[in-house]
Amino acid sequence: MTHTAGRTVVYAARRIHTMDPARPQATHVAVRDGRVLGVGTPESLRGWGPFDLDERFVHRVLLPGFVEGHSHVGEGTYWRYVYCGFFDRTDPDGRVWPGARSIEAVVARLREAHAGLADPKAPLFGWGLDPLYFGSRRMTRHDLDAVSPERPIGIVHASGHITNASTAALALAGYMRTDHDHPGIPLDDARLPMGELRGPEAMMPVLLGLGVDRAALSGDEVGLRAFARLAVRTGTTTATDLATPIPDDAIESLLRVTGEDSFPLRVVPAMHVRGYTPKGAVERAIGLRARSSDRLRLGRVKAHADGSIQGFTARMRWPGYHNGAPQGMWYIEPETLRALFALGLEHGIQIHTHTNGDAAIDLAIESMASALRAHPSPDHRFVLQHCQLADSAQLRRMKALGLCANFFANHHFYWGDAHHDQTVGPDRAERMNPCRSAQDIGVAYTIHSDAPVTPLGPLHVAWCAVNRRTASGRLLGAHERIPVADALRAITLAAAWTLHLDGEIGSIECGKRADFAVLEDDPLEVAPEALKDVGVWGTVQDGRLFPASGA
Amino acid sequence: MLPTVVVGGYLGAGKTTLVNRVLRGAAGRRIAVVVNDFGEIGIDADLIESRDGDVLNLAGGCVCCAVGSDLVAGLMALPARISPPDVVLIETSGVALPGAVARAVRLVPGLDADGIVVVADAETIRARADDRWVGDTVRQQLAEADLLVLNKTDLIAPDALDALHAWLAEAAPRAVRLDAVEADVPPDAVIGSVHDGVIGAVDGSVDGAVDGAVDGAVDGAVDGAVDGAGLASGPGARRGTRLGAARPHRSRGPARLAPPRPAAADYETRLVAPAGPIDPQALARALADPTLGLLRAKGVVRDAEGVAWVVQVVGMRVRVTPAVPGTPAADPVLPSRLVLIGRRGALDAEAIHAATGLRPLVHAAAGLRPLDMPQD
Repeated sequence: MTHTAGRTVVYAARRIHTMDPARPQATHVAVRDGRVLGVGTPESLRGWGPFDLDERFVHRVLLPGFVEGHSHVGEGTYWRYVYCGFFDRTDPDGRVWPGARSIEAVVARLREAHAGLADPKAPLFGWGLDPLYFGSRRMTRHDLDAVSPERPIGIVHASGHITNASTAALALAGYMRTDHDHPGIPLDDARLPMGELRGPEAMMPVLLGLGVDRAALSGDEVGLRAFARLAVRTGTTTATDLATPIPDDAIESLLRVTGEDSFPLRVVPAMHVRGYTPKGAVERAIGLRARSSDRLRLGRVKAHADGSIQGFTARMRWPGYHNGAPQGMWYIEPETLRALFALGLEHGIQIHTHTNGDAAIDLAIESMASALRAHPSPDHRFVLQHCQLADSAQLRRMKALGLCANFFANHHFYWGDAHHDQTVGPDRAERMNPCRSAQDIGVAYTIHSDAPVTPLGPLHVAWCAVNRRTASGRLLGAHERIPVADALRAITLAAAWTLHLDGEIGSIECGKRADFAVLEDDPLEVAPEALKDVGVWGTVQDGRLFPASGA
Repeated sequence: MLPTVVVGGYLGAGKTTLVNRVLRGAAGRRIAVVVNDFGEIGIDADLIESRDGDVLNLAGGCVCCAVGSDLVAGLMALPARISPPDVVLIETSGVALPGAVARAVRLVPGLDADGIVVVADAETIRARADDRWVGDTVRQQLAEADLLVLNKTDLIAPDALDALHAWLAEAAPRAVRLDAVEADVPPDAVIGSVHDGVIGAVDGSVDGAVDGAVDGAVDGAVDGAVDGAGLASGPGARRGTRLGAARPHRSRGPARLAPPRPAAADYETRLVAPAGPIDPQALARALADPTLGLLRAKGVVRDAEGVAWVVQVVGMRVRVTPAVPGTPAADPVLPSRLVLIGRRGALDAEAIHAATGLRPLVHAAAGLRPLDMPQD
């Protein structure tokens, strides 16, 4: 990390993609006081006075620092537990954990971690399991008992909606009884839990027994630092934490950590509305906004309209789920949502709304429309988060109302096959996360990872939106693919727009913050299929250098 | 096991009014109100004695606290936040499915779901049930109700009320229905009788509460004027049960002349016992027959092998569980006994005896009035 305060540094690069239509490409960028002084050539920048020429990026390509519009800082925290996912994944320290591709491989990985623990009764927690890829065989408590019969062991699935537990973990939660009548607790022949716990409620007593509550996973100081290292490795310079309760006693620590000279990330948390009245939520957000700093941007609110598609809790219009699963759930009363939107407009507090199913998208659109009639606000930038099943008519209404979308493009890869075969069926799976339609219609949109649900990595998200390939290789909705250039705009300037930060970040131009993703290759030159494999040197954030090798 | 009652129903139905009503009728029981909602904590100001962090200390040793998005985690954290209450009352959000909340309660060690009370606004419930957004949610709430408090019945005409009951008999087929104005229903119908403690079915903690509590409750029952309202005939009696109204529901008069009385006066509590060993499952099923006029029943009975079982009936929902060894319910010295709660005049003593063989039991210490059973 190097400071550039007071002096001017001109970075020479193989190429700079600026996202500024006035000068889309350049070879040099001048930085002073953490901001971009100018973009061009050494000659065109000379007017700013003497500068140091820094040629470390002369073989590299600069893009605006990536902006992750929907992530959870908690991904940093998860890495202190055992990664059990099917796909290779890089931890905050740069170690690549190979995917565990069978139940046996998962058990072997846990056994390794078990061997490293001195206390035989200490709980062991894993995450990222995706048994979808293991065929029809389900993991049971006996699989985990094979690691150790006495150690409480649990693994939360990649979706976050299911947990597998060992017999000792079940016993710790008081679950080893025969009188369960909960749909989230499937039973074996002896009427004892088979070891899979479905849904947050059924999971919670077991997670608490393992010492893993939601607070523990939502990102403490250590987790925040780990998340920031992941950001550097992926070229990310601004990331949301969507959403968090932001307890009062956490704000000082958040301000302190993000304010450190060595902290490489701008964090944009949104406050969870749950537990507040709409008025209480907006009032608190106004108070929080006033406490913002350069690298901690407070004052946004997030609400959930419905649940998830793969958890079958998303609210669906006719004909509902493809496999006949019953209708999903509302997470908030429509009246409460409307009141929240109206108050947000009245007080200039931005509301992000989680919507997955098309019925939830309808509710958000109509509620926002009525709030906008009452409080006309041309620059409200309501964002429909996920917005996965929006159809073209909904997108046209969103355009008319000025609503933004943040599509969950990674779903194509991780759950696209399941969406095609089970959850929504081929027709709707092929139009899920409709980036191309949104672009053609003129809806402002970005794309996201929802880390840790899928790994933080804007280039990977862009790859998903460009290629729409599922894990099995199926092309899912060729007509909704977008060109690489548009995907790159989605993970930079467009994402900044959804956060009201496009005046500061998202493009490399005079006056904006010197936030760059430093890439080893030009994403516009590699084959679109290779977009996710473009190497990341690290980032420049507020003019400070953060090589991934030092993260 | 701590009995835990779920209060559900859509926004504006009167859940908070009902909760305040029950708090005022706590009669010595320590109620922990757990709010799992977006709304403000709506406890009446005069009931709040002090605030202890995010826990409100209420009159009579009751408390109220909010739990956030994780209901189960919130319930599990409860013992660390408050001292053990006698009963937990969960006030859900308007879109919560109370059946799912009750299932979640059973996942929490030490808690047992003890009935689902759903509050419905008589004036708006039909429209809500057809609402484009929440219609299916509201219908599911109704379908899951054990006790349906049909609130604000003063806002609709008698004919409309009859039609509404006919509709609810289909929409809420498992529920015993109580008409109410300002959610004025017997608190014991919601949270069970103070005499539940007499039977020792819960755990030892209730015993102390009973001493001070019984008198007031029984006095109220005795002093109250007898209400003529009984079981509704017609479609309502076949599926689901309608139990009376704050006003005589057959009245066609333009207005009610008498001022409203507390609904607590309109119910009664009876202590009964079987003649000998009894099949607890068969007994519970028999007590769940809506024509008997019961709102709730709770007690301990022994089967032919001498095993003690806790029998709980809320409306048509029954739950039979083995008595936990070491608790008063499993005490071999104590006889089989049950507490029945029903609407005054609606408890059909002969029918109950014929269906279950239960006889009146005089409990001197509690001063309970025995059910007026035929002696055979």
